[in-house]
Amino acid sequence: MARGHHDIGGLPGAGPIDQTEHQLSDWEILADAVNQALGARGVKRTDEMRRAREEMDSEVYRDLAYYERWIASIETILIEKKILTKEEIDRKLAEFETKWGEP
Amino acid sequence: MGRAVSSSSGKFKPGDRVRVRTDDRPGHIRTPWYIRGKTGWIERMYGEFLNPESLGHGGDGLPKRILYLVAFNQTDVWGATQAPRDKVLVDIYEHWLDPAA
Repeated sequence: MARGHHDIGGLPGAGPIDQTEHQLSDWEILADAVNQALGARGVKRTDEMRRAREEMDSEVYRDLAYYERWIASIETILIEKKILTKEEIDRKLAEFETKWGEP
Repeated sequence: MGRAVSSSSGKFKPGDRVRVRTDDRPGHIRTPWYIRGKTGWIERMYGEFLNPESLGHGGDGLPKRILYLVAFNQTDVWGATQAPRDKVLVDIYEHWLDPAA
């Protein structure tokens, strides 16, 4: 075992924290809404979301933006709990890509 | 979430010296890496909470664990620092703490 990719407090070389505010994109607001709805319905807990992020591939974790990590964690948990399958998610994604084009 | 408990039911009381356990195991852990193995003191007790190490993996979080606010001297955590009189304050569950001299 080693320190997790999320557990970086005190590591040198991280540089200063960017504290500037930015306008949230629609997809980020949607990610938050889905997260809150699933929490309110008792489908998942914050602790499970954190665990899912911690268990992600480290390279993927570092590459993803904050809300992208949320979405990936939600996907993991919904598949774990057999609410959706990977195939169902991928199929829907393909539908969107056909309809709207590649993101 | 948490429920207040009387100070007598906790293993530690404010001012007690404690050392953070150095456990390194898989699973969801709330004790930051940088504070493991460090010695500080109990600042106060929050109460008892469902255990996130269980909740994170779909468990029921029982038995509940007592959570403390634990203080450390900056210099004990980071070595020489520009603010040697500052403290580091960390929320740590009782099962991560051992009594220290």
